Amino acid sequence: MSVSTKAYSVSESGKRTKWLAGGMVVVYALVSMIPLVWIVLTGFKSPPDSIAYPPKVVFEPTMEGYVNLFTSRSRQTPEYIESLGPPQTWYDALVRERNMVITGPSRFLGRYWNSIVIGFGSTFLAVFLGTLAAYAFSRFRIPLKDDLLFFILSTRMMPPIAVAIPIFLMYRELGLSDTALGIILLYTAVNLSLSVWLLKGFVDEIPREYEEAAVIDGYSRLQAFVKVVLPQMRAGIAATAIFCLIFAWNEYAFALLLTSGQAQTAPPFIPIIIGEGGLDWPAVAAGTTLFLLPVVIFTVLLRDQLLRGITFGAVRK
Amino acid sequence: MAEVALHQVTKRFGETTAVSGLSLDIADGEFIVLLGPTGAGKTTTLRLFAGLEQPEEGSVHIAGHEVTCQAPAERDVAFVFQQYSLYPHYTVFENLAFPLRAPGRRGSPEAIRRRVQEIAEMLRIESKLNNRATELSGGEMQRVSIGRALVRQPNLFLMDEPLSSLDAKLREDLRVELKRIQRELGATILYVTHDQLEAMTLADRIGVLAEGRLVQIDDPREVYERPTSVYAAQRLGSPSINLLRPGTLGLENGPGGTETLGVRPEDVVLNGRGVAARVLTLEHLGVESIALLEVAGAGGAPQQVHALLGSQRGVAEGDSVTAAVRPGAVLYFDGEGRRLATGTTGLQERRP
Repeated sequence: MSVSTKAYSVSESGKRTKWLAGGMVVVYALVSMIPLVWIVLTGFKSPPDSIAYPPKVVFEPTMEGYVNLFTSRSRQTPEYIESLGPPQTWYDALVRERNMVITGPSRFLGRYWNSIVIGFGSTFLAVFLGTLAAYAFSRFRIPLKDDLLFFILSTRMMPPIAVAIPIFLMYRELGLSDTALGIILLYTAVNLSLSVWLLKGFVDEIPREYEEAAVIDGYSRLQAFVKVVLPQMRAGIAATAIFCLIFAWNEYAFALLLTSGQAQTAPPFIPIIIGEGGLDWPAVAAGTTLFLLPVVIFTVLLRDQLLRGITFGAVRK
Repeated sequence: MAEVALHQVTKRFGETTAVSGLSLDIADGEFIVLLGPTGAGKTTTLRLFAGLEQPEEGSVHIAGHEVTCQAPAERDVAFVFQQYSLYPHYTVFENLAFPLRAPGRRGSPEAIRRRVQEIAEMLRIESKLNNRATELSGGEMQRVSIGRALVRQPNLFLMDEPLSSLDAKLREDLRVELKRIQRELGATILYVTHDQLEAMTLADRIGVLAEGRLVQIDDPREVYERPTSVYAAQRLGSPSINLLRPGTLGLENGPGGTETLGVRPEDVVLNGRGVAARVLTLEHLGVESIALLEVAGAGGAPQQVHALLGSQRGVAEGDSVTAAVRPGAVLYFDGEGRRLATGTTGLQERRP
């Protein structure tokens, strides 16, 4: 029996193909997840285990890395520690085993909070402004529209860090160095080109008739936009927001250059957590693990919208 | 109180003139159908009434007031689009209630619910009210679209080929329904279509548009029987009117300046006195058949003529027959396609 190849290519794939594809996905997932798993594991290792060679896969888990991440400590004589009486908490006890006492919280929480404020703040701004700009570019007759769109895109044509020095000087003059506002504005500016272009595609997909019908039915243009256009852009907005957040959350170079204290975000902070005798690898790994969480949660929450959004409206309805 | 009019309206899109010097008066409760090929300016005319387009010249009047500069929301018109106008994120009920919830029109929730229910029953979609708009069939979607226009009582209904995306059976049902509803409500409707059957059956008056100009506006019978031009004559009738050179089918004497003769297919009579013809093809449509005949043309070159055969039987493809034109049924056009007056011709006799 002969089977037409054309018909076959558009039909459901066979069982063997499915198994093969499934196997490849599993292998790929494993390969890409090993570094992540390693980071998570390292967070629960003791400092000697974390740098042991050959690397230890089986080890005795400890919370030392997390305790070190959140606290600052100082080394004391055993006599002094003895004089303090029994430890009050489990982490006190853990630290005293190393002949140290906790002197206060570390700066990690503050840096983490900065990351949250700056990451979500700039994402909100980039998506908000991007949505309005995309709508305008899609619907209104704007002089030099194509040139403006190209100009917006052209800001993506070089690595943002290429303009680091002018921005550094500008920020120093404007007093924006080491402020959350400065970093939010910078990330918004970088993300805006992406969000305008992505969102314009989504607005273009929505037929004008919807708005025209709403306008005739007695709504203003803004009301039609809010009631008719925005709900249909949900998927696009979610996808764009995730892209923007991932950039702002992970950005390292500008954060390193423009922030040092007050407004520093987690990325430049985590790799320089110093322990005794060098980098405190378990604490770095613990910080990295916690740093990964928000983007994972955000992506999981929006995954349905994201899936629809990333197909870029190719399969509407 | 819904007198509606365009006065000398011109609308251009860049280089192209979509509507040029168009004047159109619509009386209260009148059903006007605009006919014309693609690009004739039908949709633009509707959009000018709705306020979705601003004219470069001329003025728009609705309910006796000039509304040329008013926003669409202020004009109180309803628009039924060809497609696409149901909001996919709303249910059928919410779609129907949407115009009633507009600011400035906001009724009580109870009144809205009652009105939506009423319209849903009228259009026989009451069982679908809680469905999402995307879960409907094409016919149901279009009925909701029409329903969304009907829920409020606007000054003017604008309908842009509302039935064109439906299958034949449904189109027929909705057409009858629409005419009934229009009579019931006394609604003023401006309706655009390609379908001449819709035009003939729905319209109080048919407007024929050509390149943004209104070439004729008259009641359907008048447009059919006394078209002002070849162009208007071609818009109605299926198969379309036969355009012949003088001398064909034994037709000679027309008014001076006659260049083209127009003969409706139903006015071609077979097997009486007449000229020799040969049946090329025969299409059976049930009640009637369409024959494509070949006759000797004016200069001796063969010319093809459509004939609509009612209950005439006994004709087969390849047959040699005789063909003639019913006396007085010929339309005479001059070199520019304008119809020439024929005084009192047989046309009068044929009118009831």
